[in-house]
Amino acid sequence: MGWTRKILRVNLTEGTCQAEDLNMQWAMDYLGSRGLASKYLVEEIDPKVDPLAPENKLIMATGPLTGTTASTGGRYTVVTKGPLTGAIACSNSGGYFGAEMKFAGWDMVIFEGKSPKPVYLMIENERAELRDASHLWGTSTWHTEEQIKKENQDPQIRVSSIGKAGENGVMYACVVNDLHRAAGRSGVGTVMGSKNLKAVAIRGTRGVSGLEDFEAFNRIATEKKQILADNAVTGEGLPAYGTQVLMNVINEMGALPTRNHRDVAFESANDISAEAMAKPRETDGKAHLVTNQACFGCTIACGRISKIDEKHFSVVNKPQYHGASGGLEYEAAWALGAANGVKDLEALQYANLICNEQGMDPISFGATIGAVMEMFENGTLDEATIGVKAPFGSAEALCELVDMTASGEGFGREIGLGSKRLCEKYGQPELSMSVKGQEFPAYDSRGIQGMGLTYATSNRGACHLRSYTVASEVLGIPVKTDPLVTEGKPDLVMAFQDATAAFDASGLCIFTSFAWSLGDIQPQIDAACEGDWSMEKLSEVGERIWNMEKMFNLAAGFTKADDQLPKRLTEEAAKEGPAKGLVSGVPEMLPEYYEKRGWDTEGRPKAETLERLGL
Amino acid sequence: MQKSLFIDPEKCTGCLQCEMACSFENTGTFNPSLSRIKVFSFEDAGRKVPYTCTQCDEAWCMQACPVDSIKLDAETGAKVVDEDTCVGCKVCTISCPFGTINYVADTGKVQKCDLCGGDPACAKACPTDAITFVDANWTGLEKMRKWAQKANEASL
Repeated sequence: MGWTRKILRVNLTEGTCQAEDLNMQWAMDYLGSRGLASKYLVEEIDPKVDPLAPENKLIMATGPLTGTTASTGGRYTVVTKGPLTGAIACSNSGGYFGAEMKFAGWDMVIFEGKSPKPVYLMIENERAELRDASHLWGTSTWHTEEQIKKENQDPQIRVSSIGKAGENGVMYACVVNDLHRAAGRSGVGTVMGSKNLKAVAIRGTRGVSGLEDFEAFNRIATEKKQILADNAVTGEGLPAYGTQVLMNVINEMGALPTRNHRDVAFESANDISAEAMAKPRETDGKAHLVTNQACFGCTIACGRISKIDEKHFSVVNKPQYHGASGGLEYEAAWALGAANGVKDLEALQYANLICNEQGMDPISFGATIGAVMEMFENGTLDEATIGVKAPFGSAEALCELVDMTASGEGFGREIGLGSKRLCEKYGQPELSMSVKGQEFPAYDSRGIQGMGLTYATSNRGACHLRSYTVASEVLGIPVKTDPLVTEGKPDLVMAFQDATAAFDASGLCIFTSFAWSLGDIQPQIDAACEGDWSMEKLSEVGERIWNMEKMFNLAAGFTKADDQLPKRLTEEAAKEGPAKGLVSGVPEMLPEYYEKRGWDTEGRPKAETLERLGL
Repeated sequence: MQKSLFIDPEKCTGCLQCEMACSFENTGTFNPSLSRIKVFSFEDAGRKVPYTCTQCDEAWCMQACPVDSIKLDAETGAKVVDEDTCVGCKVCTISCPFGTINYVADTGKVQKCDLCGGDPACAKACPTDAITFVDANWTGLEKMRKWAQKANEASL
C-alpha cells in the first residue's frame, strides 16, 4: 500500500498528539498530499475563518509515492487557509523531510488550535510530543534545524521550521526544510507562526513497506527514470543549468516581467542568468555556482548550490553567509532581479539567502519590492518613509529591505504585508501585480497568453505551478502552442491544471512532467497502491481536486471579480519583443474556460459538474 | 575479475537512491535508516559524499570477531556477516577504523556491505555514476583517462 494509513492529529491548544486511522475512502477519491490534505481541510474548517485564528488548521501531508524509489518521490505539502490570499493555500516542498515523515509511519500531520507558548513537534516513529521552543523563537530556520539536531544528539533528524518572517507575521512567510527547500507560497509559514509552532522534527526508521506490488513497482520506476535521463529538459537542461536555464529564453520572448511589469524584457537578464552563475567572477575568479543538488529520490537534480562573493557589500563581515547555500532558482532570480531592475547577481543571492534563512517567499517579497520601487519613483513613497532610497535597480535597497522585512523592522513591516495590502494602503491598488493578493511569478501574461489564464484561475492566487503552460507555449511539451494567441488556451490550461493536481497528489515533483505525462505516473501509482488506479480515475482525481479547491474559495467569499488580472496586463500593451502591442487576453478566455469547466458564467461549478465528480 | 565499489563524490547529488536500493535489497523495505551505504552532506562546501565499506583485504572487523562470523566471499572479495552465528558483541564496530560496520538493535546483529553477492544495488541505482562497480585493480582508470585526455589536448 502507498499509504501508512495513519495520521497524527496535534492539538496545540491542549498540547496533545493523537494517532488516527486515515480515511481510506477519501484516499481513494483524493489520492494523497495536496488532494487528500485539502479534503481534510475543507471538511474540518469554516471557509470564512480568519487564516491567522486558532480555528484555522495547518496540514503537512505526504503522497502515496513519497518515500518510495520513484524518481522525485520525496515531496510533502503544507495545506491551510492562506493569510496572503484568504484562499486555500497549498505549497509543496522537496528536500528530505517528506520522506522522513513517511518513514516514521505517518501519511500526514494535522495541526489545530494555538499553543500558549512557542513549541516544536518531535516525532520519532510512533512517538510524538510537543516540546518547548522558547529558546528557538526569534531565531532562523538554519539555527533551529542545527539546534534541534544538537540537543537531541541526532544528526539524522529532518527538520521543517519557520524563521523570523513567520513569527513576525510577514504574510508570505514560508516553511523551510533541510536548509534551503521551502513550501514557499501563500504564507503557509505565517499560519505556522500564528500557532506558535516553530518547527516539526522527524526521525523515521520504520521505512516504507507493503507496496501493493514491489516487484512491478521497482521495474516500472526504473523504466520511468530512464525516460527522465533521456529527456533534453530533465536529463540535460535542468541538471546543468537548473530552472535558471529559462532566464535568457523567457527574456528573448519578451515575456520577462521587468520593473513591476512596466517592461517585458530586462536589458541585463544575461547578468542574472544561469550562464552568469557558471562564469568566473571578475572580483575573485570563482564561479557563483558550486554544484547542482537533488531532493530526496530525485534523478533530475535541478537544485542550485552557490557561494556568494565574500567581498560583496552585502556580506562583508558576515562570514555566516560565506559558505555554499541554496539558489539561485529562476523564480527567485527573476523576482529579486528583473522585477526590480536589479542586475547584481550577488545581491540577488544575498536576498535569496535571507529568504531561506528567515523563511520568506522570494517571489512575493521580490515582487512587492517592485511595487515599492515603482511607488518610490512616482513619488508616492519617499526615502524618509522607506528608510532607504529605493529606485528601480538599487541592489543596496534590495539588500537593506530584505533584512528589514524578515526581521519586521521599520518599513519592513509594511513590505511584509505583500503588494496588495501595501499598494492599497498608499492609494495605488493598480500597482500590485497580483491575483487574489498573491504576486505573479516570472512569466508575463502578454507574451505567454496561457499563463495569464493560469494566474487568473489559480486557486491559490497567481502561481505558475498550477498549470505550467510554459511547457507547451515555450518548450513544446507535450505539443507546441503559439504563446501569443488565446485560442485553445482554456483547454490547455484546464488539462494542465487537472494533471498537475494529480501529480501533486501523488507525492512526486511536477518537474517530472517535462518528460512524463500522467500516463507515466499512473502505472507507478497503480503498482504502489491498493485499488485500481486507471488513467481515467487519475484524471478524475485531478479534476475533483481542482473543483474542491474552487468550492472552498467560493465559500470563503471569492467571486468572478477575483479571477482577473491587474489592468496593467489587460490594458497596457507590451512595449517590445514578439508580444509588442499585445495585452493579456484573459477577459476573452475566462468565459470559455468557465464553460468548459462546467461552471456557470459567474465561475461557479454547476450542480451536474459537482455530481459527476462526487462533490 | 574482482570488482570494487568506486565512489566519486563530485558526481553525487544527494538523491539517496543508493540508500533506498540498499535497504530494499537487504530488508525488502524502502528504509534508508537500514542502508549500509550512507550519503553525508557537507553543507558549507555544498558537497554530498557517499560512504560505505571498502572491503579491506586484512579486514579489522574479520580479525576482531571472536566467533568468526565475518567471512571472506572468495569470489567477490566481500567480507560477509553470518547472521546465524553473529552474537551482537559489537567488537567489530569498535575495531573497524572507518565505521562502516554497524549494530542493528532490531535484529541484535551487525550489518555491513556485502556487495550484494557481486551485483551491488547501490551502484545500479545511482543516476549519476557517483557510485560504480569496477575492476578492483583499476579503480583509477576513469581518472587516468581524464588526465590522459588533458595531456593529449595539451600536446596537440
